[in-house]
Amino acid sequence: MSIEAVAETTVERRRWLSVLAKARADEVISAWDALPARPAFRALRAPEIGMVMVRGRMGGTGDAFNLGEMTVTRAAVRLDSGETGLSYVAGRDRRHAEIAAAVDAMMQSPSLRPAVQDRMVARLADAQARRRDTAARKAAATKVDFFTMVRTRSPA
Amino acid sequence: MAYVAVKGGEAAITNAHRWLAEDRRGDPTVAEVGVDQVREQLSLAVDRVMSEGSCYDRDLAALAVKQSRGDLPEAIFLMRAYRTTLPRFGYSQPVETGQMSVRRRISAAFKDIPGGQVLGPTFDYTHRLLDFTLAADGGGPIEPALQAIEPQPYPMSTIASVFDHEGLLETDPTPAADAPEPFDLSREPMTFPAGRDQRLQALARGDEGFLLSLAYSSQRGWGSTHPLCAEIRLGEVAVEFAPDELGFPIEIGELTLTECQMISTVTGGMEKAPEFGRGYGLTFGHCERKAMSMAIVDRALRDAAELDNAAPCQDEEFVLYHSDNVEASGFVQHLKLPHYVDFQADLQLVRRLRREYAARETAMKEAAE
Repeated sequence: MSIEAVAETTVERRRWLSVLAKARADEVISAWDALPARPAFRALRAPEIGMVMVRGRMGGTGDAFNLGEMTVTRAAVRLDSGETGLSYVAGRDRRHAEIAAAVDAMMQSPSLRPAVQDRMVARLADAQARRRDTAARKAAATKVDFFTMVRTRSPA
Repeated sequence: MAYVAVKGGEAAITNAHRWLAEDRRGDPTVAEVGVDQVREQLSLAVDRVMSEGSCYDRDLAALAVKQSRGDLPEAIFLMRAYRTTLPRFGYSQPVETGQMSVRRRISAAFKDIPGGQVLGPTFDYTHRLLDFTLAADGGGPIEPALQAIEPQPYPMSTIASVFDHEGLLETDPTPAADAPEPFDLSREPMTFPAGRDQRLQALARGDEGFLLSLAYSSQRGWGSTHPLCAEIRLGEVAVEFAPDELGFPIEIGELTLTECQMISTVTGGMEKAPEFGRGYGLTFGHCERKAMSMAIVDRALRDAAELDNAAPCQDEEFVLYHSDNVEASGFVQHLKLPHYVDFQADLQLVRRLRREYAARETAMKEAAE
């Protein structure tokens, strides 16, 4: 694979890992359980709960500082067909992390990808986009319309 | 004095904790509150516990609120204790608050901030009258929030970007690629003088009440900052983390954050063009009062370096050593634990002093007679 192709794959993989991590655990689990067929896999690394120290930027755009920690669950799996996948997912839902890792493995395989591309990744991305859109519309509805009081009498 | 180890109270403690559990449950004829109900309906208590517990996890914070019977500093203590049981995978990339999916963004200083004044879900402008419909069996169905036809476009420009071309606001130094690792209070003890990284971490997990009072004292003249609220934003921000096994950063989730930019204190003059200084506040969840207080105290501490007579809010040792409510409450509340030996020693001392005093008095009287 050329360097460009590798970079392109990385961009794509970052995108689906992001969708899987930001999705709600119940949505991930129900979408997975609704798949017509799920590949068998075993854990390379059993789902593990830990923390990541979240960093902010001083002043909003300056150097980093440590804001506080967040809980994160990570998992790595190998499909019986050989592909491996991993996940790092906010929160403490082991099943969410394990399914995300399995989907990551399937997305990397041209033959398995169609099984989850639409039914998992695209569907979860849509749900996130809808939530974001709803919040953005509610926010827009609370935007202040300023109006200026017009003096009816000119100063004497 | 012989040192005597004392044991006892085991049964009393067990029974006390059983009673505590019963009291926590309250009247059994009233439905028990679920952790999910706390998470969804007492969400600002949950946010405070995450923020000062320094651990973002809504379910855990809700559990802590339930377990502590709504005693938030106790819940914060539970979160801090739980944190210590988990391994740390590493540090995130710094979150980019400029990219936030904003639900609320206001500027009290600048009416015409691009993107407008977006109020979001706020207590501001409510009349603070008790709403008795909430007491009447849930008050019936809620009118859903109105949705505009056009969604709020993201990202929204920041107050800093508005005045960039004029240089009116202090700008953050561009992050250096070779910047040293930020100070980490969860791994290193407090040191002085504190860098701003250490200070912001301490303030971010500091007690809201303490920081609020300090900010208030500063507004009232004890360490004069004259702050204006340049920007408050609340919304969701993605967190990126680069796992060793991947070698590139991936988004691992989304956090709700509150950010506050305070402007105050015109700096510069002879050697540098005058500009507004800024103070910065950032918290987990929706903790607006805390973020504002943090920003004012951050500014006050930044001004302090040039002062001889620092006010309390400008004394960094005073502020940073006393802002953590887990430490503060631990030290104050440890006085409830048995201090029998300390008191015994004090008693002996005072009795001896009284004997000596009485003897002197007697001697004086005798001499006078």
